[in-house]
Formats: sequence, structure tokens, C-alpha cells
Amino acid sequence: MNSRIIIVNVIRWFLLLFVQIFLLKNMGFYDLSTPFIYVLFLLLLPFGIPNILLYVLAFATGLTLDAFYDTMGVHATACVVLAFVRILFISISLNRDAIDDPEPSLSYMGFQWFSLYAFLCVIAHHLVLFFLETFRLTEIGYTLMRCGLSCIFTLLIILLVEFIFYRRTPR
Amino acid sequence: MRNLWIFISRYNAFFLFIIFFTIGIYLTVKNNSYQRSVTLNSTNEIVGTAYERLNVFKRYLNLGMVNDSLAAENAKLKSQLLGLTTVDTAKDVRVVDTVTNQDYTYLAAKVVKNSITLRNNIMTINKGTVDGIQSGMAVIAPQKGVVGFIRDVSAHLATIQSLLHKDTRISVTLKKNNALGSLVWGDGNFDIKKAFIKEVPNHIKMYVGDTVVTSGFASFPAGILVGKITKPNVATNDNFLSGELNLFTDFSTLQYVYVVKNKKAEEQKALESLAKPNE
Repeated sequence: MNSRIIIVNVIRWFLLLFVQIFLLKNMGFYDLSTPFIYVLFLLLLPFGIPNILLYVLAFATGLTLDAFYDTMGVHATACVVLAFVRILFISISLNRDAIDDPEPSLSYMGFQWFSLYAFLCVIAHHLVLFFLETFRLTEIGYTLMRCGLSCIFTLLIILLVEFIFYRRTPR
Repeated sequence: MRNLWIFISRYNAFFLFIIFFTIGIYLTVKNNSYQRSVTLNSTNEIVGTAYERLNVFKRYLNLGMVNDSLAAENAKLKSQLLGLTTVDTAKDVRVVDTVTNQDYTYLAAKVVKNSITLRNNIMTINKGTVDGIQSGMAVIAPQKGVVGFIRDVSAHLATIQSLLHKDTRISVTLKKNNALGSLVWGDGNFDIKKAFIKEVPNHIKMYVGDTVVTSGFASFPAGILVGKITKPNVATNDNFLSGELNLFTDFSTLQYVYVVKNKKAEEQKALESLAKPNE
């Protein structure tokens, strides 16, 4: 069981980063909306993961992306923020003892919980990402617009992927 | 102590977040030249003022040396005065170049922050947009030698991208035969007294002791002394020659510099932008 989770996550990591780097990196609407689908890997890590491992994985994933995007540290920081939001949201919205689902995916948690979870995580990630990339407050309008539109795009793709891999499981 | 450990482990998510976030921000600022230049820019006003305060005290210590150099320069200028038409105003010294009919003015500025130890050195001077300084103007040293270009300008301060910077290239010529080359610093040599002249055509003969002067094709006026060749005819693997030269500018003791304003700079730039490259 345990090794199955690890293998699934490793495959997911490679698949998502492959799609992000070789397909979605070239995509974007008028420089305004660019999807960052790789955050789905961090969203779908199992519930039982220790915090330190989650942070290390988030940081490493971000650094890998940075290496391909030539933005040293920007994605890494954004991913760390995402990990923090993830921990906060899960600890607030779910009772820690009562969690028996393996991972926070759409199939296990239902549309309402998952969409709110994905929305909060993605918006935190994108805010940090775009503000670090721009690094000035004078273009705040443009940055916020890019951030908002990219959020919508990313969320759409995340929900789409989740619905495609939807497994009807007894809740 | 035990309570502290309990506190930290209970809120480990937050403390780990702080640690990783700090590393991330550090990497971002360190490795990204854009962010670095912005962070420096936004604090530059504060940093510049602090250095200026400090400099008030430091100036007294160097007073004797500066006086000597100013006196020497005064003497030199006086001897040149007869040949030139000068209009002496409080700030700008107007020099009418009668040979090429170009009109340069020189504005003296005090160096409030100097830097010579880095790979890419940036200086700060105490004149800014209020004094008519714009980005891209040439900066020369008081006695002889070039310093660099104006990089960023604020109201009362400006930064100079000195010659000791990887992006600085200055168009120079050999004085004896006007062979064109470009002056760069670095490339495995981090001695602040040495620089390289590169991209000299292959058929030109350089000798030890040849004088290198600015060409006048870019922001610098023609004929500013740059240095003397010490190691001529270094063959590179392209079709050009290189040479090593000793700079006349002593960057380590620089206290005053002259900013060169070219009155026709904008006209020249506008005219040259009409000709599209690769046409």
C-alpha cells in the first residue's frame, strides 16, 4: 500500500512536470494567462505526509521548475507558500483524527471541498509567483490581472484533470 | 527549554515555512539580476544618503591628497585655457571643441560610494537629474582616464557602471594610427589597473607603450586618454587582435569625476535610429 502511494506520486510528479515544461510553458493568452498545472502534484500528496517532507518536496519541485524557467527561487518560494496554505487549510477544515481518506483528491473529498482547497492553494501560489516575478508594486494592476486570469486557467485544468481521473469510490 | 521545543514542534508547519520561504527569497534575489537591481534601486536613496554622510568625515582624511591632485589639475587646465574658449559658470564648464565642432560640457561630481572589489562594480555620485544627468552619459576621471557610464539616476544621486563591470565596453582607438577597438575589463583579469583592448583588426601592429584614447564614436569625447599598452598582439581565436593595457585611471583613489554631457547626443541617437540594422 505504502509503496503504491510512492510509485503513484513519483509517476504523477514526472508526468505533471513533463506536461508543464514541454507543453504548458509554451502556452499563454496574450502574456496574461499562463497555467501552472504542476501544483496539482503538491495538492494531491497524501494526508499523512509529515510537514517537513511536504516542504522539502514543494521546494524541490519548485527548484526543478525554476531550472527550466530560468527563474531561480521564484517557483520554489511559491511552492513553499502553497505547502503552508495546504497545511493550514487541511488542519482547519478537517478533523485530524477522522481523516481516513488517503489523499485530498476530488474523488475522495467531493467537489465542494476540493474546489475550495484547490482555489486557496492555487491563488496563494500564483500571488507569490507573479509578485516575485515582477518584484515591484507599480505594476500592481497588471500583476493582479495576470495572477487572476492564470488562477482561473490553472483551476480549470486542475478540475478537468481531476474529473478525467475521477474514480467512483464509496465515501 | 523543553517548553520551547514543545512550542516549536507544535507549530512546526509555521517555522518550517519561515525557513523554506527565506531560502526561496534569498535564492530569488541572489540569482536573478532583475530582482537584484530592483532591490538595490529601491534602497539606493537611503544607501546613497548614508554613504554621503559617511563621506563627509572621510573627506577630511584625504584632504591633502585631493588638494594636491586638484592643484595639479588646475595648473594643467590653466595651461590649456589659452587654446580654448571657456565660459565659466558656477557648475558647468563649457568647452567649445573647435576641431570637430562638437559641444561637450563637463560636470564635476563627488564620488559618494566607490567599489573596486567586485566583478561588476557600481559607483554612486552626488549629482542627479536636478543637475541634468541622464542615463548613458560618459564619466571620465579628473586627470586622465575613463571611468564608465551613468547607469541609474535619481533626483540628487546617480550610479555609474564603472569600467570594472562585465557589461561595459568603450569604443577606443590606438592614438598613433586610429585603429578601432573596444575596451573591456575582466576575462580572468581582476586587476583594477589593467584592462584589455579587443577587436583590433589583424593587420594593425601594436607595440608596448602605445597610447590608447577614446574614439569619440559613442558617449565619450574623442581623445580622452585611456591607458598604455603593456602586452601587445595577443592573438585570439577570432579574426581580431587583443592587447593588455595599463589604465591611467586609478579607481582605488577616485574622489571626483567629470560627467560628460554631449549636447548632440539626442540628435545623434535619433538620427542613427533611423537607419535600421540588417536592412
